[in-house]
Amino acid sequence: MSVTGPRLQPTLFERSRAERGGGKIPHPPKDALSGIPAHQLRGDAPGLPEINEVEVVRHYVNLSQLNFAVDTGFYPLGSCTMKFNPKLNEWAARLPGFAGAHPLAPDEAVQGTLQLLWELQGILAEVTGMRAVSLQPAAGAQGELTGILMIRAYHRSREDRERSEVLVPDSAHGTNPATASMAGYRTVSIPSARDGGVDVEAFRSALGPRTAAVMITNPSTLGLFERRIGELLEAVHEAGALAYMDGANLNAILGRFKPGEAGFDVMHLNTHKTFSTPHGGGGPGAGPVGVGELLEPFLPVPRVIRDDDGSFRLERAGERPTSIGRMRSFVGSTGVLVRAYAYLRAHGAEGLREVTDDAVLAANYLKHRLATDGSYDIPFEQACKHEFVASAAGIKKRTGVRTLDIAKRLIDHGFHPPTIYFPLTVEEGMLVEPTETESLETLDAFADALIEIAHEAGSEPAVVTGAPHTAPVRRLDEATAARQPNLRWRPMTGRQMPCPD
Amino acid sequence: MPYGPHTPADREQMLAALGLTSVDQLFEDIPEALRASPLGLPAAEPELELAARLSALAGRNRADLASFLGAGVYRHWSPPAVDQILLRGEWYTAYTPYQPEVSQGTLQSIYEYESLLAELTGLDVVSASHYDGAAATAEAALMTCRATHRDRVLVSRAVHPQYRETLATYFSGGLSLEELPLVAQGELAGTTDLAALERSLSDADRPVAGVVLGQPNFLGLLEPMAEAARLAHEAGALFVAVCEPVSLGVLAPPGAYGADIAAGEGQPLGIPPQYGGPYLGILACTEPLVRQIPGRLVGMTTDLEGRRAFVMTLRAREQDIRRDKAASNICTNQALLALAASVYLAVIGPHGLRDVAALGAARARELEKALVAAGAHRAHDAAFLNEFAVRVPNARLVHRRLLERGVLAGLVLEDVLPDEDDLRDTLLVCATEVTTPAEIARFATALEEALSGRPPVAVEAGAGAAGAASPGRRG
Repeated sequence: MSVTGPRLQPTLFERSRAERGGGKIPHPPKDALSGIPAHQLRGDAPGLPEINEVEVVRHYVNLSQLNFAVDTGFYPLGSCTMKFNPKLNEWAARLPGFAGAHPLAPDEAVQGTLQLLWELQGILAEVTGMRAVSLQPAAGAQGELTGILMIRAYHRSREDRERSEVLVPDSAHGTNPATASMAGYRTVSIPSARDGGVDVEAFRSALGPRTAAVMITNPSTLGLFERRIGELLEAVHEAGALAYMDGANLNAILGRFKPGEAGFDVMHLNTHKTFSTPHGGGGPGAGPVGVGELLEPFLPVPRVIRDDDGSFRLERAGERPTSIGRMRSFVGSTGVLVRAYAYLRAHGAEGLREVTDDAVLAANYLKHRLATDGSYDIPFEQACKHEFVASAAGIKKRTGVRTLDIAKRLIDHGFHPPTIYFPLTVEEGMLVEPTETESLETLDAFADALIEIAHEAGSEPAVVTGAPHTAPVRRLDEATAARQPNLRWRPMTGRQMPCPD
Repeated sequence: MPYGPHTPADREQMLAALGLTSVDQLFEDIPEALRASPLGLPAAEPELELAARLSALAGRNRADLASFLGAGVYRHWSPPAVDQILLRGEWYTAYTPYQPEVSQGTLQSIYEYESLLAELTGLDVVSASHYDGAAATAEAALMTCRATHRDRVLVSRAVHPQYRETLATYFSGGLSLEELPLVAQGELAGTTDLAALERSLSDADRPVAGVVLGQPNFLGLLEPMAEAARLAHEAGALFVAVCEPVSLGVLAPPGAYGADIAAGEGQPLGIPPQYGGPYLGILACTEPLVRQIPGRLVGMTTDLEGRRAFVMTLRAREQDIRRDKAASNICTNQALLALAASVYLAVIGPHGLRDVAALGAARARELEKALVAAGAHRAHDAAFLNEFAVRVPNARLVHRRLLERGVLAGLVLEDVLPDEDDLRDTLLVCATEVTTPAEIARFATALEEALSGRPPVAVEAGAGAAGAASPGRRG
């Protein structure tokens, strides 16, 4: 489409016409492949589409316009921190010196990148109150696995082989228990206390000689600071276990709480949440890990080192034999880390504290607006941090309209829905995270929309349950998609399926 | 704060609504004893100054080198259309498409990526992306264990050493990983020893879940994939091919030689090297394995009005649904890099991709000829596509000497494979379609000079002066 016309697009494969495209690469000499035995060569050319550049560009520009994005509107997705992605960062990561650097180039040829990474290690250690940082993990979940594998290596280094369990509160991100399983541990799920916080007594009774680690998200996935975190950390350490902090909610505590100082042994942070690196439609992220003294020897390789002469280098193979090893290839997702570095330097200490202050103020303001109106239940009334849970349980009871419907109706108002049905502990919950980069006008407009939809649920429920009405597509048939998966284009598929509008 | 919209009046209005006088009151739930010490960080930097700082750092990297370094990351021509599409905010500032009605762009692009990679690999199921080639290979190996209910995986020593190290880390939770040796001598030297594979597979008490080989392998050589796949299958094991996607423009695809799973690094598909990532982990499998594959999958469906649309599906494999029973803990993936690969493939096309691979192969053969003429020897006899190892006396020293002359002479193999005796004094070098005849000549000339018989000590002592006088510019 452009401004008018059909919005949905044919697939790349439907756009293909034989002999279109080309002109990018010189033709190779005829005998280019004469050194390759015939049985190693492919029989037919791969069935890739043949399209000329203008069609490819229109395809992707038109497809892009079917997406909601931070650059198009408010994205209050709880636990995801969809803040603005500064454009300077995109520019910086594309500087030829950064973008062209080969990860196996000799250290002396990549001093600029190594210096940046070394400085970033230090900045992140300061922000988290940790002793040392590894930039290697490719995402938060990989940071979690890194942390739990380090904890495993720590216990093993002490010949402590009985520890087989990881304790996780029931409000945790799904990645926490999944990580524990990947590291060979059994997950023990601990119910939350009535105020939404960790139930320290329940933890105490579950802690013991079998406990390897406790994984805590602080502030919790309900957006609440764990007031009893000090007691809990003491109990964890008394039991000989170590404490992992899921840093997904770091945006709420910059300059206010340093997990390392408080006694956490290890944490990951998500640069794509807290430090503004873009989410990319699902990735990439980066999940650096910070550790205290106990776990420093086990950090993955390689770290970036500054030698006495002021030059920078990667740790060499075998230099730190206690390391758990490598989590992925090369030093890390450097292109993402360049963006995070730019963000951190743009803010400095004061700016980072302001980020947190404004994010928390915005969340409390939005929560207050909904609480004052009263259409939605606010299960936890105390001050929240950067996000809060609202519930449509009352609306559902009164009108039959569910949280899912309200979320879909928000789309018609021009907003991305918040995270819904997470954490699993709140009935008809929605987790709202406004971030610090949304204006007061936007916050008010969003609150107005939610309230209007709540009224609409009473007066015209069908409009809400049928939403969205203005998006490129209506609600989807997810059941058929799962029952008869169609996961790739085949020439026949197009004929069986209805054409795009 | 550089990117925040709130004026002092806005903040006051919000605080007043909350009945507060200071934002500090919102942080009273943090116990006093646990409040943070002041952040010891440099002051905020205005954009103009920060841009200068970043430019200066980027400028400290050497961008002037004639590079023959590959080893898993390859320089290619990426048509500018790729990055210009990626710079659209609708792509890069969107989140995971959990709300399909407002994410059809991302969802269709992932479906198309799955389809494009299915064509390339010859396998029907392709995950939406993994972190990189190493993590995808580790996930592939874990898949073989889940699918066969066995816990022993064999990996060739000619699989990228960093992928093997990653595998070892992922397997440290209790699974067993063994390495397959390489043929030491003769025509097949440097490829995986199939006799050793057969022996390892024949241990009935310790059945094997999966066998992992690279194609081309880390040394650039072509492996006997079909035979290895057959041996694996005869023992009830699954076969994993670690492949390089550009090579699949000309080489037999994993599906054609019996691979059950393909893993690989998608960086060559239009993604810059950027010192290690973000890259694109490719993971593909046959249809019977669809419920074992980790990571997001997008499928085609219809909406309420019967219009074709796309949606994430088979979600019961994933961590947010299955928690500790999930196939993997992966959540954030590399969607934007999968988009880059798709745009690259769409712009380059099937014939273009073949040309990229074949021209790289032609340049590599020119490189081989030039280096042999300059006094190096190939380290192995087996066929290669665009990367190969050469034997050079004092390889490490020669590598340094050439760097001073503006030539990045590939990788010193004993730095990354210290345990392979056969690889002392060898360099792993590659060429691609962007390698020019002039660069090849520069490499050969510099190598010839370095090998011209002066003793190593003299070479080192003279290196600075020679470097300064050479045409190679310093960064």
